[in-house]
Amino acid sequence: MSVFFAALGGTILLASFAIGFGLLLTGIDRRVAARMQARVGPPLLQPFTDVRKLFAKQNIIPANAIPWLFNAMPIIALASSIAILLYLPFGSFAPVLGAFGDVILVLYLLIIPSLALVLGGFASGSPYATVGAQREMVSMIAYELPLAVTVISIAWRLHAAHVAEPFSMLTLMQTPVWDVVGPLGSTALLILLVVMAWVTPGELSKIPFDSPEAETELAGGILAEYSGRNLGLFALAQAVKTVAVAAFGIILLLPWNLSPFLGLTMVAAGIADLVFFALKVLFVVSISVTVVRMMMARFRITQVVGLYWLVLGGLGALAIFLLMADTSYVPGMI
Amino acid sequence: MKLTKALNRSLWAFHFNSGSCNGCDIEIVATLTPRYDLERFGVKLVGSPRHADVLLVTGPVTSQMADRLRRVYAQMPGPKVAMVIGTCGLSGGIFSTSYNLAGPVDQIIPVDVYVPGCAPRPEAIIQGVVTVIAKLERLEVGERND
Ligand code: SF4
Repeated sequence: MSVFFAALGGTILLASFAIGFGLLLTGIDRRVAARMQARVGPPLLQPFTDVRKLFAKQNIIPANAIPWLFNAMPIIALASSIAILLYLPFGSFAPVLGAFGDVILVLYLLIIPSLALVLGGFASGSPYATVGAQREMVSMIAYELPLAVTVISIAWRLHAAHVAEPFSMLTLMQTPVWDVVGPLGSTALLILLVVMAWVTPGELSKIPFDSPEAETELAGGILAEYSGRNLGLFALAQAVKTVAVAAFGIILLLPWNLSPFLGLTMVAAGIADLVFFALKVLFVVSISVTVVRMMMARFRITQVVGLYWLVLGGLGALAIFLLMADTSYVPGMI
Repeated sequence: MKLTKALNRSLWAFHFNSGSCNGCDIEIVATLTPRYDLERFGVKLVGSPRHADVLLVTGPVTSQMADRLRRVYAQMPGPKVAMVIGTCGLSGGIFSTSYNLAGPVDQIIPVDVYVPGCAPRPEAIIQGVVTVIAKLERLEVGERND
């Protein structure tokens, strides 16, 4: 029973933190983007205003839509984005449900918000949303390969170094894979870092990978028919997912905590690590989302597949070979 | 469906060309450039009428576009505002004697704010947006009073 209540409390706490932090990240992203274009930009809390407005607006269900599916998908998208967070360690805080799932489960959970978007798009009965949903499916299939390659090769390297439970999220956070590898392995990890930096905007459907939502040619694509509260729920889901995806990348490849360096303990360590983690999330989002989206134009969907499968998949394969070579020289330092 | 402060600070605009010469449309784009930066006030151009709070209509409404304009307006979730940009939409402008005219815009849909000019300068369009916000604030106060 107490486990249940701990999980419930943890979920509520995490959900409110992630929604607030995610919306703030969106605000920072918009502000920084504006500054990069020599504009002043919106207030930092603009996304909060936007969501509040959307919740106060009329919620239209198109005549062509399948109402229950159309209305259920925004809720599922938000719920599943929050569910991802339950399996991720934040700073030195262990995941709420860490005992029940590992990195493979998180890989699957990461798909569900996008899947909810796809179903919602198909259920809206609009040709724009249908085309958007098809593109979203294609880009999901595309970025899944380099993402899986990254996860598997890191976990495999930890396994080769005889780390216990290499697939557990907590292990990944507490045993930075960089400490295990030799020089060849470090090169491989740098390559994987580049791969993850490209997977992140893809998962978040940001420019240059925003062809599912292409405003200019698809009128908002997958979200074209959504309005009011449902659109607001999708905005919240997107905010939470931004935190989750960035955190996932950080746990895989930038997992250090601050407290061991500062020699902090107990509460101070927890707070310092959490703040440091939040800063790392901000850093990842600024680089992988803001800078990339300001620099580039949108890829066509065929180019997305080519980039993810051939270029990044190829880089991932190279990284695996380097890690294998690394294992035979430096079987593990732990 | 309530008027809120949040609405005034986050007006999302959908741009509808009902047969304009493209002059007004270019001025709208100019208004969104870094020089004027309407995003400071939360104004954003969106791709779908379902996401929009403000409908920006340019042009005199040709008979082909009348029905489309009516439908796009109906597709927007309330509370919503319609804004006419350019003399064409106000009165027909230089196209007022054309055989192919169904409007001015206010014959087709209810209009809240008119921005005259051929084409209006970005400053005039911003003045129009401010008028929209002022009108919404007035309505909001009225709603609170009843
Ligand atoms: S008002 Fe002038 S600039 Fe605008 S659409 Fe009409 S003719 Fe063109």
